[in-house]
Amino acid sequence: MIAYIVRRLLSTIIVMAVVAFVVFSLLYLTPGDPAAVIAGDIATDEDIRLIHARLGLDEPFLVQFGRWLWALFHGDLGTSIFTNLPVTQLIGQRIEPTVALTLCTLVVAILVAVPLGVVAAAKAGTWLDRAVMSFSVLGFSVPVFVFAYILILTFSVQLDWLPVQGYRNFRDGVWEWLRHLILPSVALGTVYVALIARMTRASMLDVLAQDYIRTASAKGLAPGQVLIGHALKNAAIPVVTIIGMGVALLISGAIVTETVFALPGIGRLTVDAILRRDYPIIQGVILIFSAVYVLVNLLVDLSYVFFDPRIRY
Amino acid sequence: MDTTTLAVPPVAQAKSVSPTWRRFRDAFRRHPTALIGGAILIGMVGMAIFAPWLGTIDPQAVSPIKRLRAPSAAFWFGTDMLGRDVYSRVVYGARVSLVVGLAVAMLSILVGLAIGLVTGYVRRLDAVVMRIMDGLMSIPSVLLAIALMALTKASIGNVIAAITLAEVPRVVRLVRSLVLTLREQPYVEAAIAAGTTLPRILVRHILPNIVAPLLVQGTYVCGSAMITEAILSFIGAGTPPNIPSWGNIMAEGRSMVQIASYLILFPGICLSLTVLAVNLLGDGMRDALDPRLARRM
Repeated sequence: MIAYIVRRLLSTIIVMAVVAFVVFSLLYLTPGDPAAVIAGDIATDEDIRLIHARLGLDEPFLVQFGRWLWALFHGDLGTSIFTNLPVTQLIGQRIEPTVALTLCTLVVAILVAVPLGVVAAAKAGTWLDRAVMSFSVLGFSVPVFVFAYILILTFSVQLDWLPVQGYRNFRDGVWEWLRHLILPSVALGTVYVALIARMTRASMLDVLAQDYIRTASAKGLAPGQVLIGHALKNAAIPVVTIIGMGVALLISGAIVTETVFALPGIGRLTVDAILRRDYPIIQGVILIFSAVYVLVNLLVDLSYVFFDPRIRY
Repeated sequence: MDTTTLAVPPVAQAKSVSPTWRRFRDAFRRHPTALIGGAILIGMVGMAIFAPWLGTIDPQAVSPIKRLRAPSAAFWFGTDMLGRDVYSRVVYGARVSLVVGLAVAMLSILVGLAIGLVTGYVRRLDAVVMRIMDGLMSIPSVLLAIALMALTKASIGNVIAAITLAEVPRVVRLVRSLVLTLREQPYVEAAIAAGTTLPRILVRHILPNIVAPLLVQGTYVCGSAMITEAILSFIGAGTPPNIPSWGNIMAEGRSMVQIASYLILFPGICLSLTVLAVNLLGDGMRDALDPRLARRM
């Protein structure tokens, strides 16, 4: 077990090193002069030279990469070109709404999707099953921001039940905080629910065909007990895996959702950084999001032992 | 003995149409949704090709007097804040989505196929290339595309390149896993024993068995690329604003959503319909290729 964890941690470090290298080398690999693109159309040669110096484009690639990596190990993600503030500080200021939004969505989506998938598998072939599957195809096809606007137009503009956009701090009252998160979470969570429900159903169908399920039913266990106690636990590994992989969807979706609902989170920071061509911020955001994604999937891998005690690493 | 192996179709029947195509045909018969998807997609392609003859005007023609008109007989989808005809813009916008979707699907399949075939067969390359692919896959694809777009000038070509780079690793993984299974097959071993050269094995024995699953993967890549393009354009990192794309139209309507919701709804519905059509087509094809999986998914 310990040997496995160590091996898995090592491969995580390699993956993160590749991520860091890719994110850094994009500055050099993209055609043209990135400094000229960042400086914009009305920049003088002096401006471009300044950005060259700031990004270290004048020095050899490996020297720069080494220096950047060294700073990274000390928790320094560089400074924003536009505001001159440390990227870590900018991200720190914006992290609360993003964490609130993604965690809310994650929890609610799992609580909705897994029962949906279980019910669809238990009632396979019925209208209920078809409804869940149709919903899942739709969930994959309607982009998050289109769905977000449909929600806003229905529940905020027409019915006036929920705020159109904006964010309230958790400290300013739980109800107001929650009210501002409902629509963004539903918009962001739909594709995630579709993904998890689909996988839960497929995995449950596989397990429900096993002999031990028939045995469990034959010895007189209640259908619910068979479904949850015997089937779901054995169907859990593919479901947990897809939950981990789906975090990528959550992260990409959060950027768009924050734009639609004007949530002052990391997504907004990223979009503002795109408009200002503030590459150090984009670099920092990608590194942090990718690290979260890699760590979540590491936890998923380690959780297999819990779901299937036969797995010994 | 497994009864299904006995129930092979008569040889005479198999001669007329190739088995793959027959499976496709049967699957489409079983899945009317795939047919609906195909029909919608043909409609969208027609709309994109024949855009100038569909009662459209110049999608960039500005007319400040007529700005923000609600949908009417004169302006089917209304006008935007510069007085441009939203119907014309949405019709022309189909071109961007379809071109990006198709180009990314074809490019990422070609590049992924090339890398996957080689890494699946050359052990020494495998470890290195797959670590790079793992790294690329750990960056959420929209973020990777954003990073590339922030460093290059906005153009459709760059959008295609950025999304392709983000999609390639998934194709490589698929091709590699298929190659690793196929190379253990007896007929491949027989070909090796008979002294067939490596390129010939790849082209004659491996490739034909990868084409079908790749085609299915291609439709999913196409759908996901269309969504990514719209997201990039929507947040200002995609198609340049002087080209009407569905994402651009929605981005411009963002601040007007409460007074002119049609600016968001029409391009949004078109985009969702097109992606739905591509996904339905992909599901139908997947079911045709793997009847066992069809019952589960």
